Amino acid sequence: MANVNVKPLEAVFWLCTLLPFVLAPNYLSLASQIAITALFALSLDLILGYAGIVSLGHAAFFGTGAYAAGLLAKHYWTEPLSGLLIAALSAGLTGYAMSHIVVRFRHLALIMLTLGLGLLVHEAANSASALTGGADGLQGFRVPSVLGFGFDLYGRTAYAYALVVLFLCFLISRRIIHSPFGLALRGIRENATRMPAIGAPSRAHLRKVYTIAALMAGIAGALLTHTTSTVSLEVLSFGRSADVLVILILGGAGRLYGGIIGAIVYMVARDQFSGINPQYWYFWIGLLLVAVVLFLPNGILGGLSRFSRRRT
Amino acid sequence: MLSSLAGVLFDGFAYGMLLFLLSVGLTVTLGMMNFVNLAHCSFAMVGGYTTVSLMNQLGWPFLATLPAAFITAGILSIFLERTLYRRLYRASDLDQCLLTIGIVFISIAAFAWFYGTEQQSARVPSYLRGSLELMGMSFAAYRLFLIVVGLAITGILIVSLEHTRFGARVRAAVDNQRMARGLGIDVERTFMLTFALGGGLAGLGGALAIEVVGLDPTFALGYLVYVLIVVAVGGLGSIGGSFAAAVVLGISDMAGKYYFPWLGAFLIYLVMVALLMWRPLGLFGKR
Amino acid sequence: MVAQEIDLELPEGLRYALIGPNGAGKTTLINLMTGMLAPDAGRIFLGGQDITALRPDARVKRGLARTFQINTLFPHLTALESVALAVLEREGHAHHWWRSLARFAPQMDEAFSILKSLNLQAQGDRLTRELAYGQQRLLEIALALATRPRVLLLDEPAAGVPKDESAALFAAIAGLSGHLSVLFIEHDMDVVFRFASRILVMVGGRILVEGTPEEIARDERVREVYLGKARHAPA
Repeated sequence: MANVNVKPLEAVFWLCTLLPFVLAPNYLSLASQIAITALFALSLDLILGYAGIVSLGHAAFFGTGAYAAGLLAKHYWTEPLSGLLIAALSAGLTGYAMSHIVVRFRHLALIMLTLGLGLLVHEAANSASALTGGADGLQGFRVPSVLGFGFDLYGRTAYAYALVVLFLCFLISRRIIHSPFGLALRGIRENATRMPAIGAPSRAHLRKVYTIAALMAGIAGALLTHTTSTVSLEVLSFGRSADVLVILILGGAGRLYGGIIGAIVYMVARDQFSGINPQYWYFWIGLLLVAVVLFLPNGILGGLSRFSRRRT
Repeated sequence: MLSSLAGVLFDGFAYGMLLFLLSVGLTVTLGMMNFVNLAHCSFAMVGGYTTVSLMNQLGWPFLATLPAAFITAGILSIFLERTLYRRLYRASDLDQCLLTIGIVFISIAAFAWFYGTEQQSARVPSYLRGSLELMGMSFAAYRLFLIVVGLAITGILIVSLEHTRFGARVRAAVDNQRMARGLGIDVERTFMLTFALGGGLAGLGGALAIEVVGLDPTFALGYLVYVLIVVAVGGLGSIGGSFAAAVVLGISDMAGKYYFPWLGAFLIYLVMVALLMWRPLGLFGKR
Repeated sequence: MVAQEIDLELPEGLRYALIGPNGAGKTTLINLMTGMLAPDAGRIFLGGQDITALRPDARVKRGLARTFQINTLFPHLTALESVALAVLEREGHAHHWWRSLARFAPQMDEAFSILKSLNLQAQGDRLTRELAYGQQRLLEIALALATRPRVLLLDEPAAGVPKDESAALFAAIAGLSGHLSVLFIEHDMDVVFRFASRILVMVGGRILVEGTPEEIARDERVREVYLGKARHAPA
């Protein structure tokens, strides 16, 4: 089977993701959070970086996956891999349903619709407290192990679990990008007007990628539930949608690795700053956003590739 | 039953006037320059905190602080437009969103740093507190005040839009920027002044809002959603559209809180999604 | 009303030129034919089938392709990728999200040969945004050709292209298959009289007259419309 060239730099990168086990064993729970966020950002990249859909409500799928996994675990179904699958399906179905609305709009109407749909899901979960626990979220359950490996206090299993799932989803994303479908998505992003003129069913393509992205976001949400044994209403919040957008832009959209790089930088920085006044955090992120838009429009990866092009 | 309905309508209309003041600037600048300014509510905060400072530190009377709130917010708008915004007129929607969100974050941090994160209060004069008795129902004086101010400003806006040269230039620039330029209209200057006016009105709205919804540094994000809903539903560039959308939103919100409290904000978002699906360009939108 | 009472037939294999002053409704006509605009009244047939209710991409699948007056290309795709995308869409392969592009060699080859037929093969690996303007105009046509159309609508294909290059462009169009019906909007009368088998004149949203180049050259009303600006081909 013809496979895409794995560049040596990529191999090095993925090997480095194993380093935290050895070099930073006290930070493994942070590392698994980073992996989960990276997966969430990767799912957003599929629709934003490759298909050009600006979504301010992507957390709806993350949260759906998280709640699905939580509800299963709370009702004594604690096997995580099947839980992951079911959570992915729930998020995917939600994404598929919403995609019929979303793909019909552009520009401000699209942004507002994704925002509104995300807020709707958040409010619905808030109100349906009998099912979701409302503002308190879901607690009182525990996912004890995955494939026989118990979730330990150091977070070793959690990080391994999140990392493997991230890697698998990354490989799938990569295949999508390098397939005819990936080319069609880029065509939609580059010039949505031209696509129907070459016989392309743009809306069908967009519905498909939106569903795939929702599936992946749902998997990320379920991972969060499994590794933290809790679901809070915050997983559906606008804050989460905004955060993942910032992370993806920071790393560089449309470059497959942008979400991962952005997640690493953002969450390490937040971890370091969290000790200090939270106001500082908002200030620096704001400044960073302004700086990225003005000086680094393609994020960190964009800046790096411009830099390397200048040197050759 | 009827009196509670009247009460809901009254409160809702007053809230709608507040939302209109907060949103009208954004709809005009969005319609004119297609510039997505998510930091619009930060100007509202500027107005609000101006009022707070002037009243609590300098002892100014409430009504006197209102023009000050308007002017301060307006000046800051011009400053921001000249330094940052004009670089991004041709940038993508996403870039504009991100830059202005960045400014929102900075403004939240700045106000939290200077004023702290607690709710601010501004004691309105005694003649604006209490209520009026009319036809057996009582109407809160401050809400009446909001309605009066809202309608007055709407009137001034409509009159100046239709009957002044500046208004004509604004209408031309919103309708067709290229043609307006071709006619010799200085679109950049028109935009800067409109931006200042819109920011100033947001500042006024922020000052007026303290008594109704309070003021803390997260105001810029919290009310952004409502303002965006008003603008998107009303239609970009349409003052009448925002007026209608703001009133509908205000009344729906009050009705929701009163009759369906368990729904929470769900009703508002559902109404917005449904309206946008029916009319993606807004109720009165042109583009 | 931008276009009214248009009643026209494009037989197979002919090259029609659509001329007329600016604002006559020529591009609107193309937009109506391709489905980007919906008519208030009337119907559109392609090869005997009613396509009035079909969406634009469905019409392309039936064999109706167009180019745009202003380059409507994919800036960050290479020339080869752009044409390959059109080929893949035509054959219905664009939904494959698991198979790598490398497995679609026949389609990539076809894309390459389309580029070659327009002398663009050397630009295959260059990004569209880096191509010269004339090359981009040719790429516009390549994209339309990749859909294997029966009817090709060209909206000012040589707009902005210098004289010597536009000759090559039209020679390429002339060299296309005999079964292909071509309708092209053009302002340069030299080109029109050289390449068109029939000419349609549109004024004020209506078709003024339709005929062979000789008939049009002699027509009084056409001369009036162009106020002597038209240059008549030698008899």
